[in-house]
Amino acid sequence: MSKCPAVTIENVHKSFGPVRALRGLDFTIQRGEFFGLLGPNGAGKSTLINALAGLVRPDSGKLAVMGYDVGSEYRDARKRLGVVPQELVYDPFFQVRETLRFQAGYFGLGREVEPWIDELLDALDLTDKVDVNMRALSGGMKRRVLIGQALVHKPPVVILDEPTAGVDVELRRQLWSLVKRLHGDGHTIVLTTHYLEEAEELCDRIAIIDHGGLVALDTKADLLARGISKTLHIHTSERARNLPPALADKIKRITEDYIELSFSLSEDSVMEVLDTIRDAGVHVIDIRVEEDDLEDVFVQLTRDARQ
Amino acid sequence: MTGCLWLFWKELVRFGKVSFQTVLAPIITSLLYLLVFSHVLEGRVDVYEGVTYTAFLVPGLIMMSVIQNGFANSSSSLVQSKITGNLVFVQITPITYIEFFIAYVAASIVRALMVGSGVLLAALLFVDLSVYSVPIIFLFALIGSAILGALGIVAALWADKYDQLAAFQNFVIMPLSFLSGVFYSIHSLPEFWQSLSRINPFFYLIDGFRFGFFGESDVPIRISLGVCLAALIVLTLVTLSLLRSGYKLRT
Repeated sequence: MSKCPAVTIENVHKSFGPVRALRGLDFTIQRGEFFGLLGPNGAGKSTLINALAGLVRPDSGKLAVMGYDVGSEYRDARKRLGVVPQELVYDPFFQVRETLRFQAGYFGLGREVEPWIDELLDALDLTDKVDVNMRALSGGMKRRVLIGQALVHKPPVVILDEPTAGVDVELRRQLWSLVKRLHGDGHTIVLTTHYLEEAEELCDRIAIIDHGGLVALDTKADLLARGISKTLHIHTSERARNLPPALADKIKRITEDYIELSFSLSEDSVMEVLDTIRDAGVHVIDIRVEEDDLEDVFVQLTRDARQ
Repeated sequence: MTGCLWLFWKELVRFGKVSFQTVLAPIITSLLYLLVFSHVLEGRVDVYEGVTYTAFLVPGLIMMSVIQNGFANSSSSLVQSKITGNLVFVQITPITYIEFFIAYVAASIVRALMVGSGVLLAALLFVDLSVYSVPIIFLFALIGSAILGALGIVAALWADKYDQLAAFQNFVIMPLSFLSGVFYSIHSLPEFWQSLSRINPFFYLIDGFRFGFFGESDVPIRISLGVCLAALIVLTLVTLSLLRSGYKLRT
């Protein structure tokens, strides 16, 4: 069990009535990875997370956390998993510290957890809110408590389901600094987010799922390299006319001194494009190449999968 | 087991935070029943020989508050957690379904016994009560609160909204507790209503509990104890099986 992956997902299927939420998902997340789980709304991300947390029971397949089956060995699996749910849920009866203390208690932790709770409160910037009722907290602060609840038993695997939805920039920065610290301490982080730039910045590997199936699973660099198109911004001395049809088709925008065109990474070359423009008698003043970002790749891959 | 103790403790703190509503209010309500009914009906209703109507009424009112509060504690806590979604924080922990059951039922027992004791202590200010057997009184209070704690879990699992839980409370718990011999001995009822009372499990709770005070009851104590224990066992098994299957909790 010492070398097993942090998360194992083997041919997992789940249907809700006629809706097939997960269709044979099959991949592993290694220990210590910062793993991104991306997909459009309704792709099956939350179903997968809920299945790992034991809230959803798969119809078939195997799910394990740190080698422990989430069904048959759920106690061991859950001790090793922390989940930050997407919804801002809280118990309105309790204050911040009580909330974290009870949560730690559910995992069988005694007084030894108190210093860690203090550390968490400090890291989450909640020290001055410890005696405030959960109802009285702002949305961002409730979100921080949710993160504290997920971390209170120091799980080696932490799943954050859209943790920055509706969170202001400052808090988002704080959250990522905390999550990076956890990752640096050896925690495996699984992140779902709608902010693709976050995934691009933070994650080592990214899985893109759609309609319950795996569309892509690759390192961030390889996934970005799949970007099929680039955009070329060209400043010209005059309006380019009489361009050959092959090039004219690629033009997205043209003005008196500017051409914006997209071209395929695999089929076109920047030099050939420039030569063609020069052959048309136009002087090129400046060029800028803009590569696809993760968002473009994401849109392209999920669109391809649907087609 | 530690997780279970923390869940139990959380449940106690929860109702403790709203103790006016969860403990004090039911005691006051029972006292009002006692004052009004004893004033109106004292001497007009035949009960056991040598027992005043007011004294007869007190154990019934205590058990009725035990029944209603045992049910209210587990059901309202669980349905709130379920509907607001914070139950997920318990569901993703290593707490087993048996520990979950124990924690919720134990908290119901504590609240029900607190309210019951409160009604008893307050009633003693107005009534002289005999005590035939403290263990029997305690045993029936314990079984009653446990049965209702378990029933509260079942109702909260079943209910998808507060309205459904309120319906369960108003159309099942309330009529069964009111029509169980709290205010009268079933021997004073016509034959048909006597037979109907005998299929009401709450009747056996109240009758057995009352036996603990007066050493007298409508049906033999062994039968009451047997029916109540059987009800507790059946309900425990049903609740555990629902929790184990993840009924309306895990899809």
